[in-house]
Amino acid sequence: MSEALLQVENLTQHFPISRSYTVRAVNGVSFQIYPGETYGLVGESGSGKTTIGRSIIRLYNPTSGTVRFQGKVISGKLDGETREMLRADMQMIFQDPMASLNPRKKVEDIIGEGLDIHHRVSSRQERTQLVGELLQKVGLSPEHAARYPHQFSGGQRQRVGIARALIMNPKLIIADECISALDVSIQAQVVNLMKDIQDETHCAYLFIAHDLSMVKYISDRIGVLHLGYLVEAGTKEEIFSNPVHPYTKSLLSAIPFPNPEMEKRRHPISYNYATSGIDYSLGTEHLVGGSHTVLATDEEFRSWTS
Amino acid sequence: MSAKTILKIQNLDISFRTNAGVIHAIRGVDLDLQKGETVAIVGESGSGKSVTMKAVVGLLDSNATINSGEILYTFEDESGNDQTIDLLRISRKQLRQTINGQHIAMVFQDPMTSLDPTMPIGKQIMEGILMHRNLSRAEARARALELLHLVGITDAEKRFRNYPHQLSGGMRQRVVIAIALSADPDILICDEPTTALDVTIQARILELIKDIQEKMKLSVIYITHDLGVVAKVADYVDVMYAGKIVEVGNVNEIFYDPRHPYTWGLLSAMPDMETDDDRLYSIPGSPPNLLHEPVGDAFADRNPFALAIDKKAMPPLFKISETHYAATWLLHPDAPKIEMPESLRLRLERARKEVEKLHE
Repeated sequence: MSEALLQVENLTQHFPISRSYTVRAVNGVSFQIYPGETYGLVGESGSGKTTIGRSIIRLYNPTSGTVRFQGKVISGKLDGETREMLRADMQMIFQDPMASLNPRKKVEDIIGEGLDIHHRVSSRQERTQLVGELLQKVGLSPEHAARYPHQFSGGQRQRVGIARALIMNPKLIIADECISALDVSIQAQVVNLMKDIQDETHCAYLFIAHDLSMVKYISDRIGVLHLGYLVEAGTKEEIFSNPVHPYTKSLLSAIPFPNPEMEKRRHPISYNYATSGIDYSLGTEHLVGGSHTVLATDEEFRSWTS
Repeated sequence: MSAKTILKIQNLDISFRTNAGVIHAIRGVDLDLQKGETVAIVGESGSGKSVTMKAVVGLLDSNATINSGEILYTFEDESGNDQTIDLLRISRKQLRQTINGQHIAMVFQDPMTSLDPTMPIGKQIMEGILMHRNLSRAEARARALELLHLVGITDAEKRFRNYPHQLSGGMRQRVVIAIALSADPDILICDEPTTALDVTIQARILELIKDIQEKMKLSVIYITHDLGVVAKVADYVDVMYAGKIVEVGNVNEIFYDPRHPYTWGLLSAMPDMETDDDRLYSIPGSPPNLLHEPVGDAFADRNPFALAIDKKAMPPLFKISETHYAATWLLHPDAPKIEMPESLRLRLERARKEVEKLHE
């Protein structure tokens, strides 16, 4: 395989709340993202998936661990050149399309802000034209540029968010729960759009979500997070056809199917970390086969795979 | 059918006055709820599913006008006789004092915003009990603890003094359910009860509601856009679009034999765990703006199977079976024979086969 676009090694993110209490949001997570692929991060709320995204793009300063993006370390102190590269080549789409767009700015200025900051355009016409092209690419029309965010529906607003992320031609887009706030039919539209854009621009996605069925649909590889630990990782086929970790199993069993007769008989597998006797901090990465890894102690690994 | 109808909505029609004009949000909705059963109302946001239920509990915004319709609620009074009242004909005050809570209770979507952040949860549960029942504080407290146990909060004594922010999302939703159950209602209305929660917690909350429903003989109305949830909990399904019910049937009819193109679209848009299609089906366009009254079938513009008549006349509900109706001209005897999309047909066939295997 080619050189990894993003390499996360032992990323740890702790938030000290008081002298005696620290929230350990992310504990030693490692994974890679290759150019043009989609990596899905799933887990329940509080599992640290959003924190990982925000630490990578440097909305937080990582406590320890290294993150390499296009060969450069971006987890420590950033020099000007690296910062410029990071800010342009990595973009984020946020969860709530209402809260993440400035209500006092027109769509053209929201989308074009990155161009202004990085001095990528020389004239106003050029900017208007670029924004117009991008609006078309995300399924809106250039006339929408003069409108304000509140004049759009939820799905359209998320399209504006996607256009804003795309304007810098990024190599990696972090999509943080970007479809959770949308209706089912609109979710499908946005996911299809993201796939089309990937085919065209070959950007990579870090797709953060708790909806496993959507993650399966869009991702090439998946990492399952729980309580800040990456408990299982692999290609989507490996994870879905052969889940090893009990948490992954319970997560998969909780997905409801549109088949009432089956659904009424089925009961999800329950999993409780406190009573399961598993201690994530003791586990090490075990290879199940292919690229499929699971976090376990030697003993746990033997009993889960036998 | 032996079960008796506990709630009957007939020809409900509601519009809202806004600065932009009059929005005709509900355009003639009929709905029946039998005692002890679960009805799910499905539809996109803006289809009017929440507004319909808000009308039932008298929580409509002040700019709403009820143009016509009745909501008949049947209950047993103290002497054991059946009484029927029209919830739209009694005053808001009367509704609050006699119906809300004691007879019809509601669970809202976001457990973050439906609890009072400045009051311990125990007190919030007791509030409703003290309001509706003639109980002493000590008795109310005992009842509140019992409710907390019922909704699966194990260390109820300790949690009693907790504030909402000290609980996780799933716990909070359990508290909201406990509050809704505090005055022994007959009908529980759940407005997207699990949308803000994770799948694992969602599964637990749904099982909890089902459990309680059996224990307390509740009738439940779910409002949701997640068809997976519907498959799990519902007995009957009402599919709503642009303020009208476009298809209604029991859960098997809707999932194994859908007839309305909108229902086809909703089912197709769910990601399928079995196949690896490259593209997800999506219903083109977006719901109509009800500021302008749609002519003909409101779904026609987004419907790839639309006929010429869809643009001119609103389709009536066509009968498919005793319980199954759909409002689409495709079911008219003169309509051309149009089958559902191939991929959906295969998917439904596979679902049916799985069920057959299960029965063997």
